[in-house]
Parts: sequence; structure tokens; C-alpha cells
Amino acid sequence: MTHVLEARNLVRDYHIPGSLLKKAKTVHAVKGVSFSVDQGKTLAIVGESGCGKSTLARIVTMIDPATSGDMLIDGVKVDIARERLTPEMRQKVQIVFQNPYGTLNPRKKIGEILTEPLIINTNMKADDRRDKAMAMLKKVGLEEKHYGRYPHMFSGGQRQRVAIARALMLNPRLLVLDEPVSALDLSVQAQVLNLLADLQDEFQLTYVFISHDLSVVRYIADDVMVMYYGEAVEYGSREEVFSDPKHSYTKTLFAATPRADVESIKARLARKNAA
Amino acid sequence: MSLFEIENLVVEFQTAAGPFRAVDGVSMKVNAGEVLAIVGESGSGKSVSMLAAMGLLPWTAKVTADKLQFNGIDLLGLSPSDRRKIVGKDIAMIFQEPVASLNPCFTVGYQIEEVLRIHLGLDRAARRARAIELFDLVGIPNPAERLSHFPHQMSGGQCQRVMIAIALSCNPKLLIADEPTTALDVTIQKQILDLLMRLQAEHGMGLIIITHNMGVVAETADRVIVQYKGRKIEEADVLSLFEAPKSEYTRALLSALPDNATGDRLPTIAEFLSDDQIFAGAVR
Repeated sequence: MTHVLEARNLVRDYHIPGSLLKKAKTVHAVKGVSFSVDQGKTLAIVGESGCGKSTLARIVTMIDPATSGDMLIDGVKVDIARERLTPEMRQKVQIVFQNPYGTLNPRKKIGEILTEPLIINTNMKADDRRDKAMAMLKKVGLEEKHYGRYPHMFSGGQRQRVAIARALMLNPRLLVLDEPVSALDLSVQAQVLNLLADLQDEFQLTYVFISHDLSVVRYIADDVMVMYYGEAVEYGSREEVFSDPKHSYTKTLFAATPRADVESIKARLARKNAA
Repeated sequence: MSLFEIENLVVEFQTAAGPFRAVDGVSMKVNAGEVLAIVGESGSGKSVSMLAAMGLLPWTAKVTADKLQFNGIDLLGLSPSDRRKIVGKDIAMIFQEPVASLNPCFTVGYQIEEVLRIHLGLDRAARRARAIELFDLVGIPNPAERLSHFPHQMSGGQCQRVMIAIALSCNPKLLIADEPTTALDVTIQKQILDLLMRLQAEHGMGLIIITHNMGVVAETADRVIVQYKGRKIEEADVLSLFEAPKSEYTRALLSALPDNATGDRLPTIAEFLSDDQIFAGAVR
């Protein structure tokens, strides 16, 4: 079986042009990363800001080209630096961004937001587009009456549902989720994570889930990749990575994650009283 | 006597649809050397109640309280200029967005020395020496050189350290940290929390941490207040809150943590609690 997504040695450099007083510089944002994801599975990419995880997301979503390396989607090699992206390829990968307040056009109604990808990428009739958008609203836990409303009339969690609905309008194979729940409250976060799990079951979706929250990753991921300064320092199944982290950075990351269990609180209070 | 005491604080905003009550009868006490965490989701009024105590709300907000006392002084009765002598000196606040709360037009050195000039009246050389000392204290490398940097030249974690240095510059008796680590990576979050806890212990400050992150609460607080829609739902010491939460809402909040997930699905609050149920067990 071919992987839904396979990356071999992906590299992305950014060239910063020099000026009279400054030398030109090359930033190596992603330094040769390889991974693969199978249908219906979730790969989580973890790392701190500036480690290249969002750059990787842009490459996988075919927004930016990779400087070198191969990316295969459903076994087909994609290189947007050389050839134009076909609508069929565009439909295979969709993305949900972190901030639901910034990624929905405030001047467009929800209905327009949802049908726009269909207008651009398909020849569907207006009625069909509308029906599809209505059905998708219900799928993500919203109602048909929301079709004619504007984004500002929704809460953060509802907006993220709209963003997920928009990403699913083209029936993608692969969904890239760039920190989809980090801007949300705890209880809303739980609702959105449940929704993502339901949708994955229903459509056999493949997720690339980018996050810096290890407790969320532990909950949702099948495989985990830890990135540090553009390199994948750890890559394995969730059980392997969480039970036996190999790289020192992964260990630091685990140690830094606040623990909310009673034993750790007791230990901390004991330390405090002793001091 | 407590260092900081609020009784029955009510904050209302005038809106087109009539007055909106953002904080509805919240009371709290903080003693010197104590760490109080206020937890709640967005819209629970946790930041607004602290801004009201600081006197930083716009004029559209109506603030009333039976008692709003700091160190025995009634804050509501003070004139704005008298209040400003306390706020920023004895009560200091750290805001959520470190990069946005520093002025991009001035160097960080100017911004920290401004506080020292206004509140302590130090001369130029003494200000500079104290600023370097403070930067060193919060762990900014090359403090003397860093003073002439602008906020955009520093990372988010460094900017938050500058904010903490400014807040600590006059040795405050009470420090209010409003989501001090929300915008930061976990490794930086750990450093900042460790720093806050160390400074709090060394100076014997009262510390109020506002957060929505249960992990941060577990790692820092002595006592916890849980707020929902402007009202206080529960107040307990940190261990009993996590071990045996009294209110349904706190229980729901804790079970929504992915850490505590037992089955395939996370329990969500809306699925089994209505507002009435949440407020039924509310304390004043």
C-alpha cells in the first residue's frame, strides 16, 4: 500500500538578501526531514517556535516549494517549484490554521467562505455547492441557519469548526492541522478534538497535526515527530516516543511540560515546605 | 490583615444591549508570600477583576465593591494621582502579550528606567545600575548591552523577562501575572514560571497568577479560585482542588484535560452541565 504522504529528505532554505552593511544570509528552516503517514492515521509534529514545523506544514500543503527533497502524495511526486498545481492535487491536501480569528474573511458570510474552494477548484453548480456547504455545516456540529452569518457572530470554537468545514469541502485525503486547538479554551479544545476524531473515523482522513502541547499530542497522535532547529530529532510511534524518549531535547520538552496530577502537586508542596 | 482584599467586586460595561456584568460579586484575599491562581475560560472575568483592582479599565466600566483594600489602603477612595503612586510600584502587573505590552518606539532600557525615575526618583547612573541589576536578576544575558535594544530585536521569552524586570523594579508587595506564559513555548514557560516562583519566594511577594492552564496552576499555586462567567465557582487550596473538586464545573474542567482522558472521547462541559448546574454550587 502506498502512503498517503511520504517525504524524503525535505529541505527548505530561506535566502535573506544582503545590503550595503549586511551580508546575505541563508536560513536553513528545514534540514532534511523524512517521514510517511498512512491513511486514517495521525502524525503529530512537535517543537518550539522557530523549529521549522510551520514551514514543513506549508510545504506539505503545497503553499511553498521545498528547496530539495521529494514529496509524494498518494504515491505521486509533487514539485510545485517546477509545474503548476492541478486542481486534483489541490483537493488532496487542505489546511486548518491556528488562529480562527485571523483566518476567516470578516467580510464574507460563512456560506461564501465554505463554497469558495468549490468555485475555484470544481465545476459544481451553485445549488450543489450550497447543498454541500449545508451538509458540511451539520457534519462539523453547526446548523443550517449559520450559513448566512458572518464570522464575528461566532465564538472561537465555532470559528474553528467553520475552518475545519472549509478544509473538508473538497473531500481531501490529507488534512494539515497547524496548532488547531492552541487558541481555544480547555472545554472547547475538548470539543474540537472530539470532532476531529469523529471526522477521521467517518472519512478515513489522514492528519498531520502540528502542536506544541504534548498532552494533546499524546491524546490524538499515532506517530510523533519531534523537531528541533529544523531537524527531526525523534520519530516513532506515540508509545515509543512517550515511554522512551531518546534525544535530550525530547527529554527537556517532557520535563518542561507542567503536570496536573495530584502526585506532582504533593511533591512540589513538599519541596516548598522543606525549603 | 491580608495584603490584598476584595469583597463583592462588581464590574459592569455599558453596551448597546444594556449593562453587561463582566464580574459579578467576586471576593478574594491574598496574603504576603502567598501564590493565588485564578482559573477560568475566556470571558470568565478573571482579567477584568484584576484590571479593575489596578484601576486600568476604561471609563465605560462601572466598578463597585464593598471593599477593595491593599495593605490597609482603600483603593476606591483614592484620587487617580494617589492611586498611580501605588499602582506600578507596590502593585505590579505582567500582561499576557509581552511583545504587545512593550512600547515598540523606545528601547527596553528607556522603558525600565522610566519606572525607576517616576516611582523612585533615582538619578541617571543609579537608574542604569539598577536596570542592569534587574536584567541580570531575570536572566537576560549581556544586560548592559541589551538595555539599548528595542522590543522587536528580542524574542517573546526575552520580552516577557523584560516585562517581569519592569514589574519587579520597585520591589512590589503584590505581583499580578495575567497569563504570563500563554504566548510562550513550554520550555520557555518552564523557565519563566521557575523565575517567578524563585523571585516570589525570595522577596516574599504576594502573587496572583491568572491562567486557563491547569498545568500552570498545579505547578505554582498555593490556593486556587475557579471563575465562570464572572462568578466565583470554587475556592480551595491547590491539593484539595485537584484531589477532590467540590463543584461540578471544576470536575468537568479537570476531566477535559487530555492528560486525564480515559476513553476515546474527551468529556466536554457543554455535554453534561448547564449554566444553572454550574452556578448551583457557586460560592461568594
